[in-house]
Amino acid sequence: MHAPLAPTTHLPIGSDADLAWVRQQVRKTATDLGFGLIQQTKLVTATSELARNTLVHGGGGHVEVTPLRAGHVCGLRLSFVDAGPGIRDLDLAMTDGYTSGGGLGLGLSGAKRLVQELIVDSCPGRGTTVTVTDWASGLPAPRTGTR
Amino acid sequence: MTASSATHANAVPVLALGDILLITLQGELHDTSAEQLQYDISHRIAHSPLPVNGVVIDISGVDIVDSFLGRILAEIAATARLLAAQTVLAGMRPAVAITLVELGLTLPGLDTALNVDRALALLGRAPAAPPPTRPEEGA
Ligand SMILES: Nc1ncnc2c1ncn2[C@@H]1O[C@H](COP(=O)(O)OP(=O)(O)OP(=O)(O)O)[C@@H](O)[C@H]1O
Ligand SMILES: [Mg+2]
Repeated sequence: MHAPLAPTTHLPIGSDADLAWVRQQVRKTATDLGFGLIQQTKLVTATSELARNTLVHGGGGHVEVTPLRAGHVCGLRLSFVDAGPGIRDLDLAMTDGYTSGGGLGLGLSGAKRLVQELIVDSCPGRGTTVTVTDWASGLPAPRTGTR
Repeated sequence: MTASSATHANAVPVLALGDILLITLQGELHDTSAEQLQYDISHRIAHSPLPVNGVVIDISGVDIVDSFLGRILAEIAATARLLAAQTVLAGMRPAVAITLVELGLTLPGLDTALNVDRALALLGRAPAAPPPTRPEEGA
């Protein structure tokens, strides 16, 4: 297993301002861990999409930020947690262009392309947790190319 | 500690440069500020005493564009076009461009330029800050 490099930080996602704060904190943590500019930009963009989903679709929640280490490689795990309605049809939700609201339907499917690993754990009626894991060098878990 | 004390998102200023509106986005833009900006721009175009023919949005100071902001920018351009003004998005950072393509948001229909001067040139206007060639007039 990948050992946590530092304790997990919990950040609330309950407002517009919280989204901005979460983006800033993820940016700062990724910078400290040695992520390159492009990878940082992708990770923070994915963060913005997922945190907004937590807020808009999940009715608010929080994100758990955990710096990781495997050998010499640093990584970051982010879990976006809500206790909202959950996602009934995950395949549909992961489809480019599918939205149940007025969005573009690119958040979830796009975020998956921006990070190395994205896992959705959702139980209808009980909430959604989306966990992304990204490693600073692109190793040891390269993107598996699921499109 | 949370960021909820900072709930008052700052309004984005809209400057008029002749018949061009110039908007400079900086750093963290809250969703409500982006929506407010969308309203402000269309209001300015529709109600300005002088005609507005172009809109330049400088995003060189923006470090991420997600699907929310991308959609707002596309809607600003579409609205401006219906109100007879052309929008140019200026100064997108390379990392942002790479990320947008991977996200799947290529913003077709949005004209782009590498910086504000080129955006103004694209709209057929002089650069934003011309060198003071005639100092006797300015001072
Ligand atoms: N945390 C969540 N809780 C419940 N449903 C969710 C959650 N996240 C995503 N969904 C569902 O998955 C759909 C697709 O999400 P996605 O982020 O791709 O699109 P969107 O949020 O509708 O639009 P946008 O492009 O603006 O993000 C949503 O419309 C929503 O129905
Ligand atoms: Mg979304």
